[in-house]
Amino acid sequence: MMAADSTRDRVPLIELSGLEKAFGSNRVLRGVDLAVFRGEIFTLLGGSGTGKSVLLKHMVGLLRPDAGRLSIDGRDVTGLPERDWVELRKRIAYVFQGAALFDSLSVKENIAYGLREHLDLSEAELSVRVAECLAAVGLEGIEERMPAELSGGMRKRVGVARGIALEPEAILYDEPTTGLDPANSRRIGQLITTLRERLHVTSVVVTHDLELCFAISDRVGLLGRGRLLAVGTPEEIRASGLPEVREFLAGDLDAKKDLWSGGAGPAPRRAPSGGE
Amino acid sequence: MSEAIAPGVWLESTGRRVLALLDELGRFSLLVARTFRVMGRRGFPIRETVRQFESVAVRSSTIVLITALFTGMVLALQTATALGRFGAKPYTGSFVGLAFVLELGPVLTALVVSGRVGAGISAEIGSMTVSEQVDAIRALGADPVQKLVLPRMLATTLGLPMLTMLANLLGILGGLLIATQAGIGANFYYQSVINVVTLKDLVSGLVKTLAFGWTLSMVACHQGLATTGGTVGVGRATTRTVVVSSIAVLVSDFFLSKLIMMF
Repeated sequence: MMAADSTRDRVPLIELSGLEKAFGSNRVLRGVDLAVFRGEIFTLLGGSGTGKSVLLKHMVGLLRPDAGRLSIDGRDVTGLPERDWVELRKRIAYVFQGAALFDSLSVKENIAYGLREHLDLSEAELSVRVAECLAAVGLEGIEERMPAELSGGMRKRVGVARGIALEPEAILYDEPTTGLDPANSRRIGQLITTLRERLHVTSVVVTHDLELCFAISDRVGLLGRGRLLAVGTPEEIRASGLPEVREFLAGDLDAKKDLWSGGAGPAPRRAPSGGE
Repeated sequence: MSEAIAPGVWLESTGRRVLALLDELGRFSLLVARTFRVMGRRGFPIRETVRQFESVAVRSSTIVLITALFTGMVLALQTATALGRFGAKPYTGSFVGLAFVLELGPVLTALVVSGRVGAGISAEIGSMTVSEQVDAIRALGADPVQKLVLPRMLATTLGLPMLTMLANLLGILGGLLIATQAGIGANFYYQSVINVVTLKDLVSGLVKTLAFGWTLSMVACHQGLATTGGTVGVGRATTRTVVVSSIAVLVSDFFLSKLIMMF
């Protein structure tokens, strides 16, 4: 809506329309419409529990929608069986919130996992590729370490290295800076922009880190009450007059609690004092 | 509280439990079907299967050895005394041999393995589930059933008969140690085992362990993959695995034994 002019001539890679998802009686997504264009960095903002990660997981088929449509590269993949997702997952990497590195495998084997699964590379080629991926995230020479020996920031970067190993067209980042110190957060932010420049990947970043969001994004979407409340460039979002956007940017915790708690309808009910 | 529960409430809670049980059985059956389906697929995880086999067969052997040895010893001790009352002490070897090969070897080994290996499998897969590592396997375009379930199922199903053979041997040996002290000659004990225990007895016991190994590994994998609720959930899944697989082993033992006797 807001960014229509700047994106009219661009090609959508991931498109969602009317996406709905509920877990039991908790309706997390209540009809999300969103298009992510090729080559852009799209950031999805929202408080905790608004369904940002749930939305992101739909984009690689880790979760299936209850209703709505999902298409990737113009192809409807809404009801695609698990087996047919394999080809798409080679093209779209997912970087997990806690990195989700395989504890029982070394850093090298973690990064090589997708390569071994999908490509017929020799051990020498594999080592070269792993070293390249580690260099891209600034972690040369840690191939033989185990995930348990790494710091939080290093784990996240190894997670990114594992994501880029298959040279994907898109990378989905789930809370890439959560739990990191400011220096490491900035490093991850730089990494996301560098990867876009170097590999021309499309990036979708889920975060509640405003600093990261405004530093790297081409477009920003704000998720709340199970819907996208606003979409636009960082400047447009900043200048937005929508009360939900202003409240989120101001970090008004009380307002957030009412606005973002799932189950609260369009007119949020105030919980009795001490009720939550 | 002595108040009678309203029939409606009772019916509802029972109905809910039955539905939950059916739901669980359905999910379990789906996992079983998927495990069979991925068997012939490209990219069979050989390395992981060997690693799991080592964990089942090699690392569980000590506890199986100790269990079998001492059970054999106590069995011979009690049997020699009890049979002695009827003047049937010389049959101690036959009794211990048959008991081990037919029942004690397979069942004891399966119970020990469900405690050690089954619990380990569900704790490992459960932790992987809650830390999104299982999702990471899917996100990398691989199949968690092929990568995690299949190797553990094969390793346990094939490892359990081998461990059972070891248990049979050690149990009978334990009996021998006690029998010689009870005045039964080692050679006589050996002969009384050999003359009574047939190859069919041995095979029927081992066939049962294939079923036990398959069941307990599938239960453990299912519980691991179904884990929710963080580290508490992992503990819950592990406990459930040991309880469910132990009951499954004991119950299926009866029916399998009955079935095998028909042949």
